[in-house]
Amino acid sequence: MDNDSKDVISIILLIFLPLILFFTSFLLGRYPISPIDVINTILCPIFPQLEVSPTITTIVFEIRLPRILAAIVVGAALAMAGAAFQSIFKNPIVSPDLLGVSNGAGFGAALAILISGAGVVTQMFAFAFGIISVSVTYLISRAYKAGGILILVLSGVAISAFFSALISTIKFIADPDDKLPEIVYWLMGSLASITIDQLIMIIIPIIVGTIILLTLRWHMNLLAMGDEEAQSLGLNPTRLRLLIIAGCTLLTSAAVSVSGIIGWMGLIIPHMARMIVGPDNKILIPASLSFGASFLLLIDNISRAIISIEIPIGILTAIIGVPIFLYLLKRGYSEWA
Amino acid sequence: MGITNNFYEVKNISFSYDGNEIFSDISFSIEKGDVLCILGPNGTGKTTLIKCLNGLHEIDSGEILIKGKNIKKLSFKEISRNIGYIPQNHTPSFPFKVIDVVLMGRAPYLNLIDSPRKKDMEIALNSLKTLGIDNLKDKEYTNLSGGEMQLVFLARILCQQPDILILDEPTSHLDFGNQIKLLEIIDNLAESGLSIIMSSHFPDHAFLSSNKVAIMKDGCFIDFGSPNEVITEENLKKAYSIDVKLIELENKRKVCVPLKTNFELSL
Repeated sequence: MDNDSKDVISIILLIFLPLILFFTSFLLGRYPISPIDVINTILCPIFPQLEVSPTITTIVFEIRLPRILAAIVVGAALAMAGAAFQSIFKNPIVSPDLLGVSNGAGFGAALAILISGAGVVTQMFAFAFGIISVSVTYLISRAYKAGGILILVLSGVAISAFFSALISTIKFIADPDDKLPEIVYWLMGSLASITIDQLIMIIIPIIVGTIILLTLRWHMNLLAMGDEEAQSLGLNPTRLRLLIIAGCTLLTSAAVSVSGIIGWMGLIIPHMARMIVGPDNKILIPASLSFGASFLLLIDNISRAIISIEIPIGILTAIIGVPIFLYLLKRGYSEWA
Repeated sequence: MGITNNFYEVKNISFSYDGNEIFSDISFSIEKGDVLCILGPNGTGKTTLIKCLNGLHEIDSGEILIKGKNIKKLSFKEISRNIGYIPQNHTPSFPFKVIDVVLMGRAPYLNLIDSPRKKDMEIALNSLKTLGIDNLKDKEYTNLSGGEMQLVFLARILCQQPDILILDEPTSHLDFGNQIKLLEIIDNLAESGLSIIMSSHFPDHAFLSSNKVAIMKDGCFIDFGSPNEVITEENLKKAYSIDVKLIELENKRKVCVPLKTNFELSL
């Protein structure tokens, strides 16, 4: 009975936390907008009889909405991918860029900025190279007969380092007056200038990735018990892991392609979620989705409202994320000591 | 394909790894309700054999037939509906609740996109009750004692509703008392119609709960049959290279006592 009521509270929290943050986020920013204006503006396309000033409409739909949606999508995607990776690699200190997706995407973006400079090209290159680097990592690991998780993780480390070197090369040859700052700024991660069009471009990978992780989430528990046990329970562990890696890579590449590299989210959010709802992925994956969306939105709100200069959000997530991570460690996360 | 009456049959199987032969030409069969205990010294290939018997490793030659069907032709899912397996060692992962671990035993009956339903939950609770550990249901499995954890894994494979249990040294992490309790549970499960194949380091365990014994040495079975036929002073000497005395207790139960070898270190 106690457990049931605790579950109900968790579910309510998981659903309402992002919703409440979603609405309050519209109130924050340099131009003050009242809650009633926000509600009217959002409902206006459905009920045209509501009167809203065009300035407020522009601010709500063209400035604040894209940024709020971006925080939700990027936060949810990174957190879900992180939770899934931690389960399937049996390791709670794994983050979604384990197999090289971030550095691959970073290289794609840097290359695009160097040769083109158009935002659409940068986004597409980042997305494509994120997927390419994970594919290369995966194929290398398959080339070794022994296979297994360890080889996969090690080739991820190698490919990550390789793309990191390529990023440095591009920085080295980029024009220090315009291209270099742009590359550096992209790599720091930012939600400030995201447009609705950019978000529309990632809808499909985000939805496909989310559906993959949500439908396979219970079976992730079995992978967490090790490949032999998973197989003795009737699964093909290699195939299931590949599917989950594909889903995570779609999510992470899509997220990074619009936001740049945002660290720590994919590591700490699954931890926080696991402390609240437990390690069962059936609940953990949706919980990570909800917490990830809420947490990144919260951090972005802090950066918009409290700090007057615009700090790239990738820096903030690390500055806020590291102490939280250390606090979680201190709370006696003894299970993986 | 001819119909065989054998429940589980192994015909002339061999396995090698990286060019090294681990075992060769092993044959045996077991029936419903049999308990087969595989004895043998360290490093003789018992664990590898066990992993071949449940399809985790693919054998190089020979055949394994589950109710007349070749294991090579069965999917992992089909094998897992017939065979439940407990490995010798489990590396603990996240602190799942006991009930969640036991529920994993329902995976052979679920599609990849499904998760367990109410019916599966009932089966899981039942297997906990069968083993008398339903009080552990909401505990974290990572915090259990070795004996409790072994029972949780046993509950998980009961939840799989297989016909055959394959247990790799199920008593190896258990204390003196829990070893006997586990063997008695195995006895009970066999009486209820399950067939059990297990490996062990203790010839005594074979007397306690098995009706068939194999002694494995250097990748071969050197003897196979009933405990009384197979566990002899001579066979144990061959297997373990020490002298063993067999003693019969009043209730006709036999025990094995290893004799001292008077081995001395040349210090």
